[in-house]
Amino acid sequence: MATNTTTGTQVPSKGGFPAFKVETFGSQLLWLAIAFGLLYYLMSRHIAPRIGGILEERSGRIAADLAAAQSMKAEADAATASYEKSLAEARANAQAIAAETRAKINGASDSERKSLEAKLAADLSSSEAKIAEARTAAMGNVRSIAVDATHAIVERLAGAKAEAARVEAAVDAALKH
Amino acid sequence: MADPIKQFELVHLVPLKIGGADFGFTNSALHMFIAVGVTAAFLLLTTTGRNLVPGRLQSMAELSYEFIAGTVRQAAGTEGMKFFPLVFSIFMFVLFGNLIGMIPGAFTVTSHIIVTAALALLVITTVIIYGIMKHGTHWFALFAPAGLPKAILPVIVVIEVISFLSRPISLSLRLFGNMTAGHIALKVFAGFAVAMVGAGAVGIAGATLPIFMITALTAFEFLVAVLQAYVFTILTCIYLNDALHPGHH
Repeated sequence: MATNTTTGTQVPSKGGFPAFKVETFGSQLLWLAIAFGLLYYLMSRHIAPRIGGILEERSGRIAADLAAAQSMKAEADAATASYEKSLAEARANAQAIAAETRAKINGASDSERKSLEAKLAADLSSSEAKIAEARTAAMGNVRSIAVDATHAIVERLAGAKAEAARVEAAVDAALKH
Repeated sequence: MADPIKQFELVHLVPLKIGGADFGFTNSALHMFIAVGVTAAFLLLTTTGRNLVPGRLQSMAELSYEFIAGTVRQAAGTEGMKFFPLVFSIFMFVLFGNLIGMIPGAFTVTSHIIVTAALALLVITTVIIYGIMKHGTHWFALFAPAGLPKAILPVIVVIEVISFLSRPISLSLRLFGNMTAGHIALKVFAGFAVAMVGAGAVGIAGATLPIFMITALTAFEFLVAVLQAYVFTILTCIYLNDALHPGHH
């Protein structure tokens, strides 16, 4: 593969394998020292610091970005927590207000109902008393009418006046049934 | 058949002699600078924007950085990151040294033992110097694992020292051997194909076999090029760990 097409004068030698020709060592060592020295200089002064710097800057940047993201996430978490806290407070307030209102309304309607019931009960009992009074009065009237009617019926049928005490006793017995 | 060894020959582009010794600028040196240039272009030009959200090329540069950084951290711990420029330089240099060698006509820098040995010695020297600087004589506890019976200690110390010293050898030979062998194999099969085509119609039909082989080997060589760069790098990290933490292994 690596055919030596470079033109120039061949290094004078006595033949043999090129890599073992001691007379070429001096030149190779000198130029290797210069070439490798140059490479080492470039490497230690320019290449390694530059690429190392790039990589460091990148990892620093990534770390900084991650830290920033972390702090933003923490902020967002705090905001969420405070939002949830105020939401819970508001909900508790609303429930308290609702309970209070409900209690107030319940109390008002209860007392109203009680007074109404009392009034109704009073009306009912007074009405019942009136009815009983009227009933007694009506019953009294029924008796005197029945007594009069009995007197009239007896007088017409028998043609004689009936004994008042007996008529009253008969009417009372009939009314009892 | 073309000489499969010729691809490893050094060629002077700019001759240079210092005190009689040859320090000429060769095709190898040129390819070293190409590898350095490609690495620098790949890692520097793609990151000039320093974009927070990377584009494709910047992403590739970042991925290679993070890949090697991860390897260093895993093998040598976070303290190992002080060696990161060295490890990343080695990885990129070996990787592009290997990969540029896959371009036809290009020279493979890492196919020369002196280059891989120099890199391996750089690693092991760093381990020794940093280890002694940081831990003083305690660093030599690396060769004497704790909790061993006194009787076998001398044997273990000898084994540990030999194993330590063989590290740069195995590190350099592994890379050199892989690169050299792969390129020779490719060249040999390519030589077969060329030779068979010269043998007429039957030869042309038969040449498809080595061509298939070259195709498969080329894919395999790309794998080897990347894998060996990674192996060199991870072993570097493991050895550097000994400089940082002698005694825990």
